[in-house]
Amino acid sequence: MNRAPAPSPATAGRVIQPRAVDIPPERVALVDLLDRVLAGGVVISGDITLSIADVDLVTVSLRALVASISALAAPDSAPGSAGSAPGAAGSAPGAADRPPEPGRREP
Amino acid sequence: MAADEGRGVWLYAVADRIAAPGVGLIPQVFRGLAGVGGEPVRGVEAAGLTAVVGGVDLAEFGEAALRRNLEDPAWLEETARAHHRVIDAAAALGSLLPARLATVYSSEASMAAALARRREDFRAALERVRARREWGVKAYVALPAEPGPAGASGPAGASGPAGAARSGAAYLRRRRDQLSARRELRHGAIASAQAVHSRLSRYAVETRLHPPQSAQLTGKRAQMLLNAAYLLDGSREGDFASTVATLATEHPGIRLELTGPWPPYSFAAAEAEGQ
Repeated sequence: MNRAPAPSPATAGRVIQPRAVDIPPERVALVDLLDRVLAGGVVISGDITLSIADVDLVTVSLRALVASISALAAPDSAPGSAGSAPGAAGSAPGAADRPPEPGRREP
Repeated sequence: MAADEGRGVWLYAVADRIAAPGVGLIPQVFRGLAGVGGEPVRGVEAAGLTAVVGGVDLAEFGEAALRRNLEDPAWLEETARAHHRVIDAAAALGSLLPARLATVYSSEASMAAALARRREDFRAALERVRARREWGVKAYVALPAEPGPAGASGPAGASGPAGAARSGAAYLRRRRDQLSARRELRHGAIASAQAVHSRLSRYAVETRLHPPQSAQLTGKRAQMLLNAAYLLDGSREGDFASTVATLATEHPGIRLELTGPWPPYSFAAAEAEGQ
């Protein structure tokens, strides 16, 4: 199981050169993938489509994910983010603690 | 269509029609590929399109089971990765629209009907993403820890009232300076993130801003300011990547991360949604 990205205080704050890498599908960061598969993708309804387009459900499952990651992380690994909600599917993550968005969601 | 009550159809993606109509479509890329639930993957011709699908057991992937399972982080991760693995492989076949995670039908017939209703939407969307890939850019700022509240660690017990007043004033001044330095760092970083997004947007045919990921999810101490997706023509990818590298040196106050290429997850929904 490889569910939690390890905290990396050693690299935080350092400017690293971005690398364009062809990441094997097994290796992509789970959070980046969840941004896309839960809030992206085409939503197709059918007579019995079981879709999680339902934001509440996504939020609930991401909360569970956050809880499991938080349990693994050191207690002081996320200062200032206590109480911030997970961000997905158009919910407003940690609105109180969040800077203004650098731009708006485009049409 | 009650052939198998316990089985459902998991939709991975809607793609161009693969040649050889009517044949059971199992392109080479799907051979040996384990999809969601460990199931094999196949292409199904529907409404003049190819639906990339797999069978799933409704005991695990039916509505009630999904609601329960989606709250299990290990299950969610395994399922999301399997969904992605198939879409990533299928993207090699041509233009494709990834389906939102957990789109399940009772039968191929009901799925085909759902696709047929919006065939023109899908055709247009497939043209929109053709020969284009998605890239992600995230910007972070690492702020110093917020200074503690005034009085929490005040200059108690300084030598005499005069000394206390002097060092008290010094303490308050220092604290004020720390706070304003932190605020400036943050404002500068936000301006940088805006500049980065605006510059990178010039390369993209479409952009989409995802909500910044919380530090709890990323496991990073730094705060995310930008979580953007860009849909790029193949010919622009090289310039885009080198511009990201340039921007990283031009804006030392933030750290940039480039991810991709991704199948066009963030751009599949735009016109098809809300119907």
